[in-house]
Amino acid sequence: MTTDEKKIDVCVPTDAAGASGTGGSSAGLTRRDLIKAAAVTGAGVLAAPALLRAQAAGGAASIKFGLLEDRSGNFAIFGLNKWHGTQLAIKEINDGWTLDGGVQGPGGPGVHAKVAAKPPTTNIKATVDNGGAPARDDTVWTEPAEYLVKSGDKGVLGRQIELLAPDPQSDNTQFQTLSRRLILDDKVDVIMAGFASAEREAIRPIMDQNKMLYFYNNQYEGGVADKNTFCTGAVPEQQIVPVMQYMIKNFGPRIYTLAADYNFGQLSAAWTRAMAPLLNAEVIGEEFIPLSVSQFSSSIAKIQEAKPSWLMMYITGQNHSNFYPQANAAGLKFPMGSSINIAQGYEHRRFAPPALNRFHVTASYMEEIPTPRNKLFVKRWRAMFADEPYLAMEGHSAYVATHLYAKAVRLAGTTDKATVTKALESGLGVEAPAGWVFMDPATHHLSQYIRLARCDEKHNITFMTEWPHIEPWWTRRLGVNLARTAEYKQYIPDEDPFFKMFQKKKG
Amino acid sequence: MNVPYIVSLAYQYADNLAFLLLAALGLMIILGVIDVINLAHGELIMLGAYTTTLAYHRAHLPLPACVLLSFIGVGAFGMFLERTVIRRFYRDKLGALVATWGISLLLSQGMLLFLGPSLIAVPLPEWTLSYAGYSFGGYRLLLFGASILVVLLAWWIFYRTKFGVRTRATMQNPAMAQALGVDTRRIYLYTFAAGSALAGLTGGLYAPTTTIVPLMGTTFVDVAFITVVVGGGANPILGALTSSALLASISAPLSSVFGTFMGRIGLLLTALVIIRFLPRGLSGYFQDLQRRRMAGARS
Repeated sequence: MTTDEKKIDVCVPTDAAGASGTGGSSAGLTRRDLIKAAAVTGAGVLAAPALLRAQAAGGAASIKFGLLEDRSGNFAIFGLNKWHGTQLAIKEINDGWTLDGGVQGPGGPGVHAKVAAKPPTTNIKATVDNGGAPARDDTVWTEPAEYLVKSGDKGVLGRQIELLAPDPQSDNTQFQTLSRRLILDDKVDVIMAGFASAEREAIRPIMDQNKMLYFYNNQYEGGVADKNTFCTGAVPEQQIVPVMQYMIKNFGPRIYTLAADYNFGQLSAAWTRAMAPLLNAEVIGEEFIPLSVSQFSSSIAKIQEAKPSWLMMYITGQNHSNFYPQANAAGLKFPMGSSINIAQGYEHRRFAPPALNRFHVTASYMEEIPTPRNKLFVKRWRAMFADEPYLAMEGHSAYVATHLYAKAVRLAGTTDKATVTKALESGLGVEAPAGWVFMDPATHHLSQYIRLARCDEKHNITFMTEWPHIEPWWTRRLGVNLARTAEYKQYIPDEDPFFKMFQKKKG
Repeated sequence: MNVPYIVSLAYQYADNLAFLLLAALGLMIILGVIDVINLAHGELIMLGAYTTTLAYHRAHLPLPACVLLSFIGVGAFGMFLERTVIRRFYRDKLGALVATWGISLLLSQGMLLFLGPSLIAVPLPEWTLSYAGYSFGGYRLLLFGASILVVLLAWWIFYRTKFGVRTRATMQNPAMAQALGVDTRRIYLYTFAAGSALAGLTGGLYAPTTTIVPLMGTTFVDVAFITVVVGGGANPILGALTSSALLASISAPLSSVFGTFMGRIGLLLTALVIIRFLPRGLSGYFQDLQRRRMAGARS
C-alpha cells in the first residue's frame, strides 16, 4: 500500500475539512454538527442515546455487515461479482481508506474543481474590451486518478467491519429466511442484498418490519421509495430514457421489446411504452419470457415478422443470455438497446463475437471505462481477485455502497440505524471509480455518471456518449421526499399521470 | 396462412422437437431399463457442455471431435457413477432419487468452485439460411438431423442387436432374464453409461448455443422431465419420439402465436392431461393397446 499512500499525498487537497473523517478533530466536528442538526429537526431524543452508544462501543466489537448475494443459481454470475466488490471495499475500509468526498454543500460534481491559486492579476475588463482571449469550451473540473483517501480510522469508529455473507442461491425464499437470520440471530448493523427485483421485493417488507437499514445495489426498474432502503444502482430515468433517445435518433422509431417475465422486465417494458410517445416512437411488439426459458427460435421468428427498427432488451439471467448466440446464428441483425445486458452479465466476453454486435447499453459502470481512475480501480480489484472474469456494473454498485455506508457511520458516530439513515440523507457525494456520485436525500437513490456503451462485431466497447450527472428525478416528481415523509412502497409508471397525459395526446 | 410462415413454423417445430428429444432420450432410457429416475441428468448434460467447451478452447480440437469427446467422456463418467453409487440403489427407487439429486448438487456446485461462474462459449457456426424474409440457423437444423440420427441409432441397438434383445428381456423381467443367463448387472452398467453418454452428447451439441454455467443443466432437465412424463418408460425410444413430437406440436405453434410463455404453459398443461388420463405415458398407452389387441386376437 506504500505506493498508494504516495499517490494520495499528491492529490488530496490539504484543506479537506469538508470530507468526513480526514482527521480526528474534523470527524468530531461533523458529528457534533449532525447531532445539532438532528436536534433542530426535532430528533434530539433519538440522537442522544445514539451518541452514548457510540461512545460505549469504544472500538471493541466489530460492525456486523450482512450481505446476501447469489453465489449459485441463475444469478450467480452477477452475485459473485457483487460479493467481491463488497469484500474489496470492506478490506479497504478496514485498512483505513475511504472514498474521497463527503457532505457536499450545494451538491454537484464540484469536489475536484481546480480553484485558481490566486485571483487573476490581469485586468479582465481590458482583455474583454480589446476583444482579447476568446472563450474556450473545456471541462472546468478534472478527475484525478486516485479516488481513495485515508480515513484516519482503522475500520469505522475504530471498529473492524465483519462480513456475514451466506449464499441465498438465487432463491427468493432463501432470501427471506437468511434475512430473518441476519436480523434476528446475527443482529447485523446493515444488510446489502439482492440482484433480481423479485429478490428485493421478497425481503423489503422484512427489512421494514425490523427497521433494518437496507441497501439494494443494483440497477432496476425504479420507483422504490422506502425510508429504510437505499438504492445505489441506476434507475430508468438514468438508463432507459437516454438509451431510447439514442436508439430512436440513430436507428428509427419502431421498437420491439423483449423482456424477462417478472417485475423488472414488466416494469422496464412499461417505462419503454410510457416514454415512446414522448420521443415520437412506437412500441410495435413486446414479448415477456419466463426466466427458465433458454431456447428462443419462436421469439426470433416473431421478431423477424415484426421488422422493428431496433430491439429493446430486458432479458436477464443465465438462461436468457442464450438469446444472443441463437439470434446471431439465425441471422437476426437488428441493433439492440438495453439497460442491463453486457454491463451486468458481460455477455460480450462470454459469447464469441459477433453475437453482441450492434448492442447498446447505458451503464453506471463497465470495466472498459478508459479513465486512469478506472484503470487503477481494475488493478486493485484484480490484485484481490485475480481470476475475476469481468468487473461488472453491479460489482461497482456494491463497492460504492459499502464505502458509502462506512462513510455515513463515521459521520453519524454510531451504527444506530436511524442515525446512519440521517447521515446518508445529509447529502453525501463521493468519488466512485466510475465518476462522481451523489446520494440524493429525497429519493435514497444515487445520481449517476452514465455512459452509453456500444459493442462492435469484434466485441470491443466504445463509449458513444457520457452524462456525468443524471439525477434520480422520477419519484421526486411524484412528490417523494423520504427525508421529510417516510414511505415504504414502490411506484410504477402507471401511477404517473404525466405519462398517461402524453399517451392520450398521441392516441 | 402463407407459405413462408408455414416454413418458419416447421423450422420452429423441428427445433423444439430436437431439443426435447435430445434432452430427454438419455433420461428415458435409464428410467425405462433400470427404473431409476436420474436427477443428475441435467448435470451430466452440463458436464458434456463443459467437456466440449474446454476441449475446444484449451485443446483446440474441431467441434465434432469435441462433441465426440463429450459423448465418450460423460459415458465413461456414467459408468463410474453406476459402479460407485447407482448400483447400490437398484431396489430402492426413492433412495436412488435422493442419491442422484445429491450427485447433481455435487457436480454443479463443484463445477462452480473449480471453474467459476461461467466459461466462454464455443462460437456458434454461422450458417444462416434465408427464405422470404425469415432466416434460419443452419446449426439448429443440424441439431434436428442429429436428434433423428440418435433415435435411429438407439432404435437399431434396441431392436436389431443381441445386446438390445437382452436389454429388453431385462426390462420385461429381470429375474427371468438372469435365470436365462443374461448378465443383468452388466446390462444396467451399459445402459446407465449409454444414458449418460447421450446426456454428454446433448451437452456437447448444445454447447455453442448456450451460456456455459454450472447450473445450465436445469434448463434442459425441466423440459426433459415433462417429455419423460408424457412419454412414459414402458418403451423409451418410442416414448421419447412420440412424446417430443406431441409436445413440439403443442409448444411450437403456441409460442409462435402467443409467445414463449404460453408455449411453456402449453407444455405443462399437456403433461397434466397425460398424467391424468394416461398415467403410464404415451408408450405405456401404446403397450396396453398392443396387449389388448393381442388378447383380442387370442380369444
